Amino acid sequence: MGKTLIEELNMSKFTEEVIKAYPSKVAKKRAKSIVVNDPDSIPQIQSNVRTIPGIITQRGCTYAGCKGVVLGPTRDIINITHGPIGCGFYSWLTRRNQTRADKPEMDNFIPYTFSTDMQDSNIVFGGEEKLKVAIREAIELFDPKGIAIFSTCPVGLIGDDVHRVARQMKEEFPGVNIFGFSCEGYRGVSQSAGHHIANNGLYKNLIGNNDNYVRKNKYAVNVLGEYNIGGDAFVIEDLFERIGVDIVATMSGNSTLEQFETAHTADFSLVMCHRSINYVAEMLETSFGIPWAKANFIGAEATAKTLRKVGQYFGDQELIDRIEVVIADEMIAVKAAIDKARTKTVGKTAMMFVGGSRAHHYQELFTELGMETTVAGYEFGHRDDYEGRRVIPTIKIDADSRNIEEITVYPDATRYNPRKSEEELAQLKEAFDIEFNEYKGMMTDMKKGTLVIDDLSHHEMEKLIELYKPDVFCAGIKEKYVVQKMGIPMKQLHNYDNGGPYAAFAGAINFYKDIEMIACSTIFKQMKAPWEREDFVEAEYVFN
Amino acid sequence: MLLRHTTAKEIDRKALTINPAKTCQPVGAMYAALGIHGCLPHSHGSQGCCSYHRSALSRHFREPIMAGTSSFSEGSSVFGGSANLVQAIDTMFTIYKPEVIAVHTTCLSETIGDDLTQIISKANDDGCVPEGKQVIYCNTPSYVGTHVTGYSNQVAAFIKFFSTATPKKRNVINIAAGWMEPSDMREIKRLAAVMETRTILFPDMTDVLDAPLDGHYKMYPTGGTTVAEMKLTGDSKFTLGLGQSCTEDACIKLENKCKVKFEMLDIPIGFKATDRFLMSLSRHANVPIPDSLSDERGRLIDLISDSSKYLYGKRVALFGDPDTLIPLTEFLVSMDMKPVYIVTGTPSKYFTERMTEILKDIPEAKFKCGEMADMFQLHQWIKQEGVDLLIGNTYGKYIARDEDLPFVRTGFPIADRPGHNYFAKTGYDGGANLVKQIMDAFLDHFDRTCLEEKVEWQL
Repeated sequence: MGKTLIEELNMSKFTEEVIKAYPSKVAKKRAKSIVVNDPDSIPQIQSNVRTIPGIITQRGCTYAGCKGVVLGPTRDIINITHGPIGCGFYSWLTRRNQTRADKPEMDNFIPYTFSTDMQDSNIVFGGEEKLKVAIREAIELFDPKGIAIFSTCPVGLIGDDVHRVARQMKEEFPGVNIFGFSCEGYRGVSQSAGHHIANNGLYKNLIGNNDNYVRKNKYAVNVLGEYNIGGDAFVIEDLFERIGVDIVATMSGNSTLEQFETAHTADFSLVMCHRSINYVAEMLETSFGIPWAKANFIGAEATAKTLRKVGQYFGDQELIDRIEVVIADEMIAVKAAIDKARTKTVGKTAMMFVGGSRAHHYQELFTELGMETTVAGYEFGHRDDYEGRRVIPTIKIDADSRNIEEITVYPDATRYNPRKSEEELAQLKEAFDIEFNEYKGMMTDMKKGTLVIDDLSHHEMEKLIELYKPDVFCAGIKEKYVVQKMGIPMKQLHNYDNGGPYAAFAGAINFYKDIEMIACSTIFKQMKAPWEREDFVEAEYVFN
Repeated sequence: MLLRHTTAKEIDRKALTINPAKTCQPVGAMYAALGIHGCLPHSHGSQGCCSYHRSALSRHFREPIMAGTSSFSEGSSVFGGSANLVQAIDTMFTIYKPEVIAVHTTCLSETIGDDLTQIISKANDDGCVPEGKQVIYCNTPSYVGTHVTGYSNQVAAFIKFFSTATPKKRNVINIAAGWMEPSDMREIKRLAAVMETRTILFPDMTDVLDAPLDGHYKMYPTGGTTVAEMKLTGDSKFTLGLGQSCTEDACIKLENKCKVKFEMLDIPIGFKATDRFLMSLSRHANVPIPDSLSDERGRLIDLISDSSKYLYGKRVALFGDPDTLIPLTEFLVSMDMKPVYIVTGTPSKYFTERMTEILKDIPEAKFKCGEMADMFQLHQWIKQEGVDLLIGNTYGKYIARDEDLPFVRTGFPIADRPGHNYFAKTGYDGGANLVKQIMDAFLDHFDRTCLEEKVEWQL
C-alpha cells in the first residue's frame, strides 16, 4: 500500500526543526504549541497563552475582538471608541462585515467611525467629560437607539470609568441604550478576551430587553458567531427564508440592536464561531433554556448537515421535507461546480491559520475540492477549539484569563423555559447524534500526522512553506504578501480577498471557483525572466 | 446612501470625531522605519497596535510589512514594559536578525511612562544586542499629533542615532523625504540622477515597498537607506527637507548635531513645487538643470493646456496630510482649478499659513486642520455647496458615491486600488500622471452620466 500524502510529507520532525532558530526559553515555550495530530488520541496543545514579546504574531488585541469583531457588524448602534484616534481609525470598515438597511430611513452607522480622539490633556486630566460631550453630540446629530463605548489602552490606565459615564448618560437620555466595554487592548492575550468581554456586555445590556418578537414562521433560531463577512449571513438568511424558519438574531452579521434584544425568544441557537460567541450561547441556555448546537455553513455538505439538524431538532416532517427540497435543489449547482473545480484541485494541499473557527470550518471546503489540509491552527483559539469542550474543566486558569470578567447567570425568574426537556435532548442525541452545548474541536476532524500550530509565528510560517510547499496558504492580510513573495498563492480567510460570500451552498460555489482560479493562475510561473531560467541556453556567435 | 446620516447642518462639535482625516503616530513611525535598510520596526505596546499598523500598511502597499511587538499584558501595563522590551530585542535579533531595531512607543507605554533610554541600555548591558547591531527609538504617543508626527519623530530619530559629522565634508546633498510613495521617491532619485548630483535620500522606501516578485521572500528587501549612508548624512554639505511636517524636525536636528544647513521645500507635486525643488537642488549642488528636464516640464504644461477647458474653475474638495495637500492645492490652483474645501486631521500652523497664501484669490475656499477637521466636516461642506471633484484616500469613495463625484485617490491609505506605489505623483511626469487621473475621472464620469446625445467622440 502506498503512502498517503500526509505520510509522504512526514512532518513529525517539524517542531524540532523550526525551534532551532529560537532562543532556548522561546523554543521550549513554542514547542508546546506545535503538535502532530492524532484524531484517535488527541494530544494537548498549548493555546490562549501570551505571545512571547518580539515574536511576529498574527494576533491583535482585546479591543479588536470586542469592537472590531463582535459589536462592529451591528448597523444601528453608534460605536464610540474612547481613546486616541488610531483604534477607531483602524477598525473603520476594515472587516468587510456587510450590512443591509433596506430603507433609506433605517439607521446604518457602519460606514462611520466615531472617536473621542483623546489628546494629551485628556490623558493628564481624564477623558470622561470629553466622552460625555461626545455622546451628547452623537445624540444631537444622529438620534441613535443605542450607543456603545469602547475603551482603548490608556482609558483603563488613567482610570476613566466608561460604565459610570454610560449610566449617567443613560439617565440624561432615557430613550437611548448606552453601555460601555472595558476592552483595553492589554487585557488578555489576543482578540479572544475581547470576544468574552463583548459577550458579557451583550448579555448585560441588550439580550432579553424586548419580549415582543413577532414570528413569521412557526420555528425560530439564532445564528451565533456569524459576522457576515463578504455577505455570508445574507446567504444563510436566504436559506432560512426558504426552509421557513425565522432567524431571530444573527450575532452579529447584518444585525440590529433589536435582534440582540429579542434573541431570548428563539427556540434554538446555532453556533458558527464557537470561540467568539460560545459565552452568549451558554448564557441563553442557562437564562432562558435555549439549547445550542455547533453549526457550520462553510461547505455544501456541512450546510446540508446543519440544515438537517434544524429539521431534526424541531421534528416537524413538513419542515424536514422543505429542507430536503432546498438541499436537493441547491446540490445540483453545487455538484456541477465541484466537478468542474476538482479537475484542477484534487490532490493539492492547503494550510490555514485563521481565527478561532475558520481554520476548522474551511477544511470542509478543501475536502470537497479533494484537497488535503496538511497544517492548520488558530490565531486566538483556546484548547476547547482544538481538542473539544471536554477539556474545559482541565484548562488552567492563568493570570491573563483571570483578568476577564466572568459573569454568573441564573435562570430568568419569569422567562426561563427549557425548549426541550432533558429526555428530548437525549433522544435527539441518540437518534440523530446531535450534540447539544458541545463542540468537539478541530483536531478530531484532522488526519493523523497533520500538524496543528497555535499562534503561528512568522518564522514558523516561512519554514512550513519552505519545507512542505503547500498549493495554497490561507491566513490574513499581514501574511498575504509574504506568502506570495515566496511564489505560493495566498487566500485570505478573514476578508476573503474581497470575495465571498463563502457560506452555504451559493458561497461554497464561489469558493470552489476562487480556489480553481488560484490553482489555474499562471502568473507565478512567470517569476523568472526567460534568461534567468535554468533551461535558458545562451548562444554565442562563432566568428573564428 | 452610504453616509445617510450626514446632513448639511453643522453643530459646534467639541468632542466627537467622525470619520477622521488622520490616524495615530505609531503607524507613521513604522512606515518611516521601513525606509532604513535591514531595519525591523518594533511597536512597544499592545499587540493590537502592531497588528493594526501592519494591516493598514499591508493593505496600502500590497507588500509584506514586518514589525515586532512587545505584546503587553495587563501585568506589564501595571509593572512597566521593560521586561517585555528586553525580551523582544533578544528574540528579534536571534530569530529575525535585523541590522537595526527601531522601537516606537504607543499610547499605552507612554501613559505608563516607560523610559526607553533606560530599557534599551539594559538590553545592551544584558548582551541582547549583537556586536555591530543597533537599537534606536522614538517616542510616538498616539494622543499627540497624528501619523504624520510619528513619521517625523522616526526620521528625527535616524538623525539622533546615526548622523555623524567627521572632518571630511562630502559634496553630497541630503534629501529628507516626507511621507510619500516609493514611486514618488523613485522619481525624486531619478531627477537627482538626471541632474548628476550626489544625494542621500532618507528614508527610502524604493525597492522595499515596491519589491519584485521573484519567488524569494526577503525579510529585508534590497532597498532602504543604509545605516552607513545615514551616518554620512552628517558630512553632507546641505539638506533639502521635502515636506515641513514630516522632515523639518529632522533637518533642524541634523543642523544642530552636524552643522549641515538645510532648506525646507514642499514635496515636489505639481510643476511649481517641482520647479522649486530642481532650482534648489541646482543651487546647492552647484549643477545646471539640464534641457531634458525643461522638456519634461514643457510636456506637462502642454498636457495641462490641452486639458484646460475641463479643468478651469472646477471646484475641488481635498483631504489628507499637510505635506501633500499644500503642493497639491497649489498645483490645482496653478491649473486654474478651485480647491474650495481642504481638511487634514493633522494640526499645523504652517498648513494654515500656506493655505491662506495659496488660496488668497479663492475667497470661497475653506480649510481646516487638527481636531474635528474630519471627513464628516468635509462632507457637510460638500452638502452645503457641491464640488466637481474629490481628492483623497480610499475612505473618500463613500462620499464620492453618495454625491456622485469624480474621485481621484491620493494619500494614505489607498486600500482599494493597486499601483499607487508604482506611479509617481512627484516631478513633472508625476504631475502628468495626476492630470491624467483627474481628466479620466472627469471624463469617465461625464461619459457615464451625460445625456446620450451629449456623448462626444473627441476631447
